[in-house]
Amino acid sequence: MTGRISPDLNHDPDETESHKYTPPGVNTLTPEQIPIRFDETWFSYNSEPVVRDINFSITPGEFAALLGPNGSGKTTLMKLALGLLKPTSGRVLLFGVQADRFTDWHRVGYVPQRTQSTESRFPALVREVVNFGAYSGFSPFAIFRRRQSTRVDEAMEMAGIQNLANRRVSDLSVGQQQRMLIARSLVRKPDLLVMDEPVAGVDAAGEEQFHSMIRRLNRELGITIVMVSHDIGAVMREATTIACVNQDIVFHGPVHQLDARALSSLYGFPVDVLMHDPEHTHR
Amino acid sequence: MPEIFQYEFMNRAIIASVLVGATAPAFGVFLVLRRLSLMADALSHVALAGVAIALLTKAFVPVVALVATTGAAVSIEELRMRRLLPGDAALAVFLYGALAVAVVLISIAEGFNSTLFSYLFGSVLAVTTTDLWWMGILALVIVAFMLMFSSELAQVTFDPDLARINGVRVHFLNLGLAILTGATITVSMRVVGVLLVGALIVIPVLISLRITNGLTRTVVTSSVLGVFVAVTGMVIAYYADIAPGGSVVLTAISVLVIVETFSFARRINARSTHRAAPEQSQHSHAHETHAHGLTTVQDEDSLPHR
Repeated sequence: MTGRISPDLNHDPDETESHKYTPPGVNTLTPEQIPIRFDETWFSYNSEPVVRDINFSITPGEFAALLGPNGSGKTTLMKLALGLLKPTSGRVLLFGVQADRFTDWHRVGYVPQRTQSTESRFPALVREVVNFGAYSGFSPFAIFRRRQSTRVDEAMEMAGIQNLANRRVSDLSVGQQQRMLIARSLVRKPDLLVMDEPVAGVDAAGEEQFHSMIRRLNRELGITIVMVSHDIGAVMREATTIACVNQDIVFHGPVHQLDARALSSLYGFPVDVLMHDPEHTHR
Repeated sequence: MPEIFQYEFMNRAIIASVLVGATAPAFGVFLVLRRLSLMADALSHVALAGVAIALLTKAFVPVVALVATTGAAVSIEELRMRRLLPGDAALAVFLYGALAVAVVLISIAEGFNSTLFSYLFGSVLAVTTTDLWWMGILALVIVAFMLMFSSELAQVTFDPDLARINGVRVHFLNLGLAILTGATITVSMRVVGVLLVGALIVIPVLISLRITNGLTRTVVTSSVLGVFVAVTGMVIAYYADIAPGGSVVLTAISVLVIVETFSFARRINARSTHRAAPEQSQHSHAHETHAHGLTTVQDEDSLPHR
């Protein structure tokens, strides 16, 4: 099944009501079991709010995709969830703890869209960067300790980059850099993996390879995944839930419930969703 | 024994060169990779203001310079962290502010021109035993910091946000980095002088980035190259009777030019070999395509984008 958007000029986006969704079982979970929870969260860079009154939770094992136009606040939401930004009001909880006071970082993996270092003459080898994932807090004699090479090797194998271990980071292609960053976050065996447009700039073959890896992490290893994406087709194929963000949550729910009304209200113009599967094509 | 080692002042100068050459570029790796080379320049001008204050008040120069650079380093880092000033603007304010203070103090106190000259461009004769002890202690602190925080420094240099989510205390580390940059300058100013210390922090790193791979190896290579250019520059300064700051930096730049020229020639050579190869393979592929109707697709993912 694939999805794509196309203009639907007969639809009025103003008709759409904000979609409130409570994931099944969320009320039976303890706060510590909920990977991410936004509680009446507001955030503004200056006086203009970028994130307005966000209320939603990501439950364990969920593969949530964050969709939204440029400037809709997706990356800000992720930075709030990771404690890199502090909400102007409301709160964001990471496994039940306020994100900016969270310390249990081995449970969280983060894959940014791009790092500043991969664009310069950064001399580190792939193995050195993946090994950063094994960091477990300050230790004055860490340099003299043996590295956890088994975990690093396993993570590189999972990400399919074991043959790149001794390559210089700045010599890698965009797709290879992404796989290196994923391997780096897998070393710590996280419960939650947050990714910001991980396939931006990756070719079609690399994208397919990436999605099959993420599918495995979510379905076989049970890692909760939150991924910002612009690729609606891939998101509808791979994710279990979708959160459409445009300063506030326009829609949050299972993929099959996402309809043209939600997408229209998200992108601000009439949109039609065409769903394809091998036997039927329907609107 | 060569004549140069018969003088005690020269032995002190060589030991000082080894200390400076080993520490300044090793620390410089993290500054260059984080594009903070201007930090070294700003703090060296602050050190100059410290030198002027110390000469005017007849205080012990390295201590005053260290206090001045530490104060400036903490202020710059706080201004950047609290986003009161953009990073480069904060550096510029301190650079020109400190230079202005130094100029004012120098014009008030006429008469310390020769001492000041030795701090500006380094001096073969100026390193005293007290200086050497002081430099040794600071160099030890710098090396200990780099060894203890090797992983944290590498992570923050790679990506500060990723480091923070990995549990690294980024603000604390940035403060440490800024303060020890000031300490590195204080250590180095006796040998290369405050105006040229930035070059010793940066140039050996640029050479290492060209000739080696791996972060740890880059730090070690920078350190070895730093010792080589500092000692060579000091020896040249002795024989040519010139200020060591100039000869050390010119030695470093000469090595950089040689390495860059070799690297450029190698790239040109590789490109022409590469261009010749497809012509041959195109010929054989043409037969293959013709015979079997096959087409080849280049794997874009395997192409580097440097």
